[in-house]
Amino acid sequence: MSPTLHAVLAFVQTWWVELLCALLTVLVVPLIAGYIVLVERKVMADMQARLGPMRVGPHGLLQPIADAVKLLLKEDLIPDNADQFIFWFAPVLSMTAALTSMGAVAFGPWFQVARDINIGLLFVIGISALGPFGIVLGGWASNNHYSIIGAIRSTAQLISYETTAGFALVSGFLFAGTLNVRAIVEHQRADHVWYLFLAPVGFFTYVIASIAETNRAPFDLPEAESELVAGYMTEYSGFRWSLYFLAEYANMIVVAAVGTTLFLGGWMRPFPNVQWLGWLDAFPVLLLGATGVYCVVRAGKQPAYVQAMFMWTVALACFVIALVFGLVELGHIVALRSAQPAHLFQVLDSIHPGLYGAFWFLLKVGAYIYLFMWLRFTLPRFRFDQLMRLGWHILIPLALVNVMDVGIALVLQLELGWNRWWAMALTTLFTLVVAALLLRWNDRHAATASSSLLAPPSPLEDANA
Amino acid sequence: MHENPAQKTDTLLGADELVINMGPQHPSTHGVLRVKLKLDGERVIGSECVIGYLHRGVEKIAENRSYQQFAPYVDRMDYVAAVSNGLGYCEAVEKLLMVEAPPRARVIRTILTELQRIASHLLWLGTHALDIGALTPLFYCMREREEVLKIFEKYCGARLTTHAFRIGGLQYEAYETLEKDVERFCSSFEARIQEYSDLLTGNSIWLGRTRNVGLLNAADCIALGASGPVLRASGVQWDLRKAMPYAAYDQYKFEIPVGVNGDTYDRYMVRIEEMRQSRLICLQAIENIPAGPIMARVGKVLKPPPGEVYHAVEGPKGILGYYIVSDGGTQPYRVRIRPPSFINLQSLDKMIRGHLVTDVVAIIGTLDIVLGEVDR
Repeated sequence: MSPTLHAVLAFVQTWWVELLCALLTVLVVPLIAGYIVLVERKVMADMQARLGPMRVGPHGLLQPIADAVKLLLKEDLIPDNADQFIFWFAPVLSMTAALTSMGAVAFGPWFQVARDINIGLLFVIGISALGPFGIVLGGWASNNHYSIIGAIRSTAQLISYETTAGFALVSGFLFAGTLNVRAIVEHQRADHVWYLFLAPVGFFTYVIASIAETNRAPFDLPEAESELVAGYMTEYSGFRWSLYFLAEYANMIVVAAVGTTLFLGGWMRPFPNVQWLGWLDAFPVLLLGATGVYCVVRAGKQPAYVQAMFMWTVALACFVIALVFGLVELGHIVALRSAQPAHLFQVLDSIHPGLYGAFWFLLKVGAYIYLFMWLRFTLPRFRFDQLMRLGWHILIPLALVNVMDVGIALVLQLELGWNRWWAMALTTLFTLVVAALLLRWNDRHAATASSSLLAPPSPLEDANA
Repeated sequence: MHENPAQKTDTLLGADELVINMGPQHPSTHGVLRVKLKLDGERVIGSECVIGYLHRGVEKIAENRSYQQFAPYVDRMDYVAAVSNGLGYCEAVEKLLMVEAPPRARVIRTILTELQRIASHLLWLGTHALDIGALTPLFYCMREREEVLKIFEKYCGARLTTHAFRIGGLQYEAYETLEKDVERFCSSFEARIQEYSDLLTGNSIWLGRTRNVGLLNAADCIALGASGPVLRASGVQWDLRKAMPYAAYDQYKFEIPVGVNGDTYDRYMVRIEEMRQSRLICLQAIENIPAGPIMARVGKVLKPPPGEVYHAVEGPKGILGYYIVSDGGTQPYRVRIRPPSFINLQSLDKMIRGHLVTDVVAIIGTLDIVLGEVDR
């Protein structure tokens, strides 16, 4: 055996779990992103009194696959005047940043690529901050006016809102006292509370900043369809375009995962310490079972035989997964009850935290992403100056004040022995007062700003005169 | 520090202006409008409209068609308000022929025209909201517009380019359940308008995007010849339905909503209120549709006496005027159309100067132009 092969084998033997996780991330995230798009279109259709995709597969369930195939088969087009290399490189950079930052996110206690790194969420923030490079380089390399405007907007926006997101996360870190993903979740369990309730303002600012960071409506100015055609992506098509697209959805998953980890109790079941709410563990089985039953009912109403078969398959898959969940839960219960459970039950019990953790985590991430969609289909879009004013005049000061207030609350609680909730309520109240003042001041400022918009300061005309 | 005197006369920061082409293929120029924008950063410092991409020579076609043959062509100018176009043309030719449509025909014309105004405003509201980034109102608006189009379809078989009226009256008698259909639509419509208001009117992002955007004061409006909601939003109470009543408008009570500031928000509010008023007109009109003939006595071949006539109606987008010259033959000697969209579009440059690129789409949207009518 050659020494190189030996080294590789040794490496794989040491890191096989991590490698497997990484491989799964790279393989599965594009698929998940595709299905998030489908869900988004279905949610949009539901809100807009229509059906959404219905053609490819029953209820459009195969639409993402068809879209992916179409994108892969499209002509690979690079404009003549574009900077060839950067044009090629930019979407790759965006995608790499998005997938790499996913490495430190823990989807349940088991599934994490970079296990137990102590900088945890800092790593996520740092890597995902590389994403804008892909956008600005792509916009610049396209050699198109719309692209460059989109790219410039995007840079300004992402830099501004990453600051806010960072400060908002700090308020959570202060409670946890660590950046390690696993430790943050364990801390929330030990504290008997989600940090959402200890730092509500922090969570609120994080939600807004995370929407802006992922370029989602109402902050989707870089790709504002009605103004800039497609923003920085205008010249991209086919596979390169889909890389940007995947990066955007991967980023959505990342910000949702970070928010879930820090503010929503990570992969813990709601009320993990409350014994009599233990029946919540049956929730996954019930949910999947109900979905399966629904599919069975709908299968009879499908117009074509193929579609009915497909529905049966989906139902079967749901039942099988529900069965797995049920068996694992059974093993868990048996292992808890009896002193010497059978070997099978021990094995099942050992899977329990990983499986159920992943379920709850993905459920929370899904809820977070649903919030994104809901806002997108409800609100009009900000104008760029309004977006920047919101960021720099309201959110950043608010996040800063919030960090200070969380610090004060912790001092009151730890040094002076206050009740945690009293300290929290007092400081949050103070933060809210600051928020109200900021809003009021901003309204007045906005009025003067927009009136100055009417009489445009035209330095160019003066200079040319 | 050494200052280069040559640089002082140069542009700010030595940066050039950016000239970008918006359209003719652009998601939100409402068709094939092309606007050349000169930008300083994102601020518009100048603009130029390039039109004509949809020019079909409608006015010239009129000279080679008989009076009846030309009627379907006017439907294709403002194709989202075909009924209003047809009303204006038919009444203009009637004026030239010195005949008058019977009362029953006039009332049915009024009902259909007001429904068309609602449909046109709904389409405007949906696309305008879409331009500003609100995706959902479009589909709600389309849902209601569908109701109106179904009424048209039941009445004359066509939904969009209806050719609903004939010179001298109507070709088709009102179908049996017309009153009932209109009443059902009107009774549910008030709540629907409230739905749009809930989504948009009080929304602070919407307010931020529309208030003080695209200001046009009354004097400028009049100087530029703007009409319709654009004029009324600037505070000028000028509506041909009241000022020079035609069809059966003198029989009904309705208000003319006017704005104060003449900004995008006021134009939005004026159009929303106009939909409410149109609904009221429809409700009043179906109360009492007079019996009688639907067609005046006009010959099979129309030969108006030599002369000229100008007749204008208040279309959904503004004053739609027809100037027809007859030489006594079966075909018009000349037809000149005053299209509200084309004339309202002239105020675009004045409105967008000093605003950001983002506002340009909002302002194009608020003008409610249809390129088929601009280019004819």
